[in-house]
Amino acid sequence: MSGAFLEVRNLYKSYGGIAATDHVDLDVRQSELHAIIGPNGAGKTTLISQLSGEIDPDGGTIRFDGRDMTRTPAYKRSLLGLARSFQITSLMLDMTVLENVALAVQAHAGHSFRFWQAARKDPALTEPAMAALEAVGLQDRANDIAQAMSHGEHRQLEIAMALATNPVLLLLDEPMAGMGVEESQRMVEILRSLKGEKTMLLIEHDMDAVFALADRISVLVYGRVIATGTPEEIRGDEAVRRAYLGDEVA
Amino acid sequence: MTSLFRTGLPAFVMVAGLGFLALLPVLAEWVDNIFLIDLFMRLMILSIAAVGLNLILGYGGMVSFGHAAYLVIGAYAVGIPAYYDIYDGFLQFAIAIVASAAVALVTGAIALRTKGVYFIMITMAFAQMVYFTFVSIEEYGADDGLTINMRSEFAGLLDIEDNFTLYYFVLVSLIAVLGLVYRIVHSRFGMVISGAKGNERRMQAIGFPTYRYRLVCYVISGAICGYAGALLGNFTNFITPEMGDWVHSGELIFMVVLGGAGSLFGPVLGTAVFILLEEYLSRLTQYWHFPFGAMLILVVIFTRGGINGMFRWLGMKSGIGGRS
Repeated sequence: MSGAFLEVRNLYKSYGGIAATDHVDLDVRQSELHAIIGPNGAGKTTLISQLSGEIDPDGGTIRFDGRDMTRTPAYKRSLLGLARSFQITSLMLDMTVLENVALAVQAHAGHSFRFWQAARKDPALTEPAMAALEAVGLQDRANDIAQAMSHGEHRQLEIAMALATNPVLLLLDEPMAGMGVEESQRMVEILRSLKGEKTMLLIEHDMDAVFALADRISVLVYGRVIATGTPEEIRGDEAVRRAYLGDEVA
Repeated sequence: MTSLFRTGLPAFVMVAGLGFLALLPVLAEWVDNIFLIDLFMRLMILSIAAVGLNLILGYGGMVSFGHAAYLVIGAYAVGIPAYYDIYDGFLQFAIAIVASAAVALVTGAIALRTKGVYFIMITMAFAQMVYFTFVSIEEYGADDGLTINMRSEFAGLLDIEDNFTLYYFVLVSLIAVLGLVYRIVHSRFGMVISGAKGNERRMQAIGFPTYRYRLVCYVISGAICGYAGALLGNFTNFITPEMGDWVHSGELIFMVVLGGAGSLFGPVLGTAVFILLEEYLSRLTQYWHFPFGAMLILVVIFTRGGINGMFRWLGMKSGIGGRS
């Protein structure tokens, strides 16, 4: 065993004969920020969904912190310290910002078969939730309904919810998707502030962000990992260039 | 004041409404119309059932089309022991609650594996199974129904054979159930339920086994309706399986939606409008179903959020307590 924090071996998933995840091997080391890049349709979200437990792989293994969790349900992986953010914003839109994050805290504060005490004013939930909101700069929006926020703020809230579960591994599915330059810059700062503290697996199209943040990068094309290495190695890799980067990052 | 009860309804409307219900028997005597007591008793009993249904429908987004089944189970939990001359109310109500909860546990465990229209269909199918079960039991009158000779006895503490006493027993039950639902929806458990309504996938991703929570919620909701059914059995003194027909499940949904799903007092309001309209229109004309239907459709179309939403629309902002 390589001793990687997250260790994916020979992972396979196909839809109607087309391999969306084609025998993927992937090692994410403790405390690193590992980015996965690849063209549209390369199977990035399918991969992350298998890691988070929402999609069952057809074959292969996923080990997390030495524990096999290939078939572990999503909520259990979350309780084991794995958190994901969604590419398509996935929030409880009719609740307030604080309630969204407080729910994430609550999920990790023992069972919720508590029927009597009011939850909204419980400092055991609201205080950690506020801390997570401060980490992404949303503390001033705490009492607004999630629906009323901008796209960029939704993305920040996604991260806050993932953080509120106090994860050891963050799976980030295109946190900058659909963001303007300024919002992206803000998200880069947020992720940079988390570097070293959390292990992160980042899927992202924004190459500037990826090359600025990542310790290592894996390139996924048609469901296969064609290269893994430091940003410099990836930049210099001929196969990657041909398959994906083109002349853009020359 | 209203932050005390986040109901969406102006506080004075609620307080006035409950005050009115408390004084109604006196009023009925005064205007010499004892029938009003029966009318409002039925209204309150069905309100309890609607409040129970609202717990899953309004707060949890689970549209059960079979909740009248629990009314029947609750009613027969009074009727069947009474058939054997067992009138102990504590026992009868305990049976009503436990039996409804048990049926809800089994049917919910299956139904909650489905979503959307399939959930609606499967809850309806289970309710019809309950209906036909009672229809087929000859011993308890089959579809001719069962007469209850004596109302529940509470060891001499309470004599609900007296209509006034039963009336206040029902009123206190309604207030207690409202209080219970209020506490539940604002608890941690309630947060999980409304979170799973908003986005179940995300709730699982942050670590909630949502199925379990929804199932428990479904069971609580069924038990509340079973309790209402036990009251209904006592009230009518005559019960038939027809009380559990799917038409009545549909009416319960209508009461909840009409009043405002997902608000505490909405179902009570919806039930009141439903029952009173039905009662008075049917006196005016035998073709009362037509204007009745038309009025209900208008309310639903023009007031998103039910009658409760209408208050908001009318600008009664003072004291509106927000979303829940």
